[in-house]
Amino acid sequence: MAVIAYREALNQAMSEEMERDERVFLMGEEVAEYDGAYKVSQGMLARFGSRRIIDTPISEEGFAGMGIGAAMVGLRPIIEFMTFSFSLVAIDQIVNNAANMRYMSGGQFSVPIVFRGSSGMAGCLAATHSHRLEAWFAHVPGLTVVMPATPADAKGLLKSSIRSDDPVVFIEHEVLYGDKGEVPDGEHLVPIGKAEIRRVGSDVTLITYSRSLKATMAAAEILASEGIEAEVIDLRTIRPLDLDTLLESVCKTHRAVIIEEDWPYCGLGAGISDRIMQKAFDELDAPIRRVTTKDAPVPYNRALEASMLPSVDRVVAQVRDVMYSKL
Amino acid sequence: MSQATTEAKPVVSKHQSLDWLRQMLLIRRFEEQSYKLYQMGGKIGGFCHLYSGQEPVAVGSIGVLRDDDFVITAYRDHGHALARGMGPNEAMAELLGRYTGCSKGKGGSMHFFDAAKGFLGGHAIVGSHIPVAAGVAFASKYQGKDSVCICYFGDGAMNQGSLHEAFNMASLWKLPVIYVVENNMMSMGTQLHRHSCLIDLTVRCGTAYGIPGYSIDANDIELVAETTRECAARARAGDGPSFIEMKTYRFRGHSMSDPAKYRTKGELEDAKTRDPIVAYEQLLKERGWIDDDAIEAMHEAVKLEIEESIAFAEASEPTPLEALYQDITVAHHIPQE
Repeated sequence: MAVIAYREALNQAMSEEMERDERVFLMGEEVAEYDGAYKVSQGMLARFGSRRIIDTPISEEGFAGMGIGAAMVGLRPIIEFMTFSFSLVAIDQIVNNAANMRYMSGGQFSVPIVFRGSSGMAGCLAATHSHRLEAWFAHVPGLTVVMPATPADAKGLLKSSIRSDDPVVFIEHEVLYGDKGEVPDGEHLVPIGKAEIRRVGSDVTLITYSRSLKATMAAAEILASEGIEAEVIDLRTIRPLDLDTLLESVCKTHRAVIIEEDWPYCGLGAGISDRIMQKAFDELDAPIRRVTTKDAPVPYNRALEASMLPSVDRVVAQVRDVMYSKL
Repeated sequence: MSQATTEAKPVVSKHQSLDWLRQMLLIRRFEEQSYKLYQMGGKIGGFCHLYSGQEPVAVGSIGVLRDDDFVITAYRDHGHALARGMGPNEAMAELLGRYTGCSKGKGGSMHFFDAAKGFLGGHAIVGSHIPVAAGVAFASKYQGKDSVCICYFGDGAMNQGSLHEAFNMASLWKLPVIYVVENNMMSMGTQLHRHSCLIDLTVRCGTAYGIPGYSIDANDIELVAETTRECAARARAGDGPSFIEMKTYRFRGHSMSDPAKYRTKGELEDAKTRDPIVAYEQLLKERGWIDDDAIEAMHEAVKLEIEESIAFAEASEPTPLEALYQDITVAHHIPQE
């Protein structure tokens, strides 16, 4: 298995799918001549040419809508948002057009499109450039929402997303782009809608995704040293939720903590805990706890920003809380 | 400006003219009967925007396009759908929320679709479909085809950012798209001079983007056809988008709930004296292509066709409740409940 960076894995996924399928193209700001604002599309212009790797003006609503139109008549666009913070400008296209088109047309038009790009709190980017919008998109029937945490999943899930016949919101994390990891050789596809158990444990279920997987895994090691064996589940797909995997784990551990980088109120964990409680309330020995970012806009100041992130300490503290019966 | 020389269809022949007249009558009758059904209460729900008065725009422009071209429009979409060949049955059934409707009763008045006819909707967020049209045109170019996309919107949509983003890219990349503003002089109830900084729309939407702009009297259906044909030829030749301001007038309110207080006294009556359908009937009579008896027969045939569409719609099954979860995604939809 090759060890490659997350951004390289994304690049491989797009390049392989473009080799495989002439209908696939990449469009976005600075994806071509600049080689990608985060170098995800590095070398792709040279390889595929300007017909298929397309620099756009700064017009997110415009090129998101163009991708939808192209998808309706047979192409399979990959639309890059330099960051998902900028997708707010295009949210009408994603929500009203991409997500609704098939339904509104009584099944006549599907929209096989991938909206992808970086997101999250990446350090000193302040309130406008640090958005975590997964709960916004996960709210919408018609959208698939994917958030890979590792290079292997970045590649395998992006390939599956490009092959999906439905609109996929594929949210990368800016701080993960340089992370390296093993990626299986050859054709590597990761199915949409399947969570991954990253660590097996019997005492508590830790549910997380994307960048927060790292803090969660670190917390699990600390907890192990205290005799608490945490099971760590990486959601990978946010919508549809792999509820079966969560319920199986919760029925084993009887406790759950959800770790997410978005805001607490109406955040992703609120929806996940609701769904677990509907199905497995009687299995729970403690309330489901959540570790989220603090309920404030993201500040520029480094220390303030760090204070609002789901940290290892905060994860450990919440696990100790739900383990009260054992401590 | 390039002249059209490559179109397969002539701008006008007797056969085509008579069919255009029939289509305009069909749309008018469809809309007037929709109005009645709406007023009867309960049969048609939600928002319903009628096309009466604007028929030459859809009929004349779609009338010169090819079957492999694409048509996309805003929420006042009944006329475009019928002009593109959607049957009145599917259209009326959609208004009545039936499973036999063109969108299986899930789209309603504002969201008509017909994939087989290259009719890409019916879009109800003002301006939202304008970039989508550019994307359809992009796909034609990407695939090396010479299909064009024609995109209609109202004068109110010129104030949405989506239009300006799309126009810039369509011109920058010479996409085969024809943008048509159906200028009925009212953005819902706000007259053009109160919502647009320029009254010459070809300057605002054409010149500003290096797009050839036309401003025409859309009561003249053959002028509509001729202009559209020229724009389609330009698009097929790889010379990019066009912008056509089609000056028109709607006889009905913005939607059903519109008291139309913004109209000046006598304005509507005055406009109706220039009813484009009556004018076209007169023109065709002068050419000797039709007489009063034939016109009367055409009116009767259209009346019958719309009556049949209402009967078809009323006899159709309502969309079943289990359809709620159908056609959301191609993949099996798993309700996140």
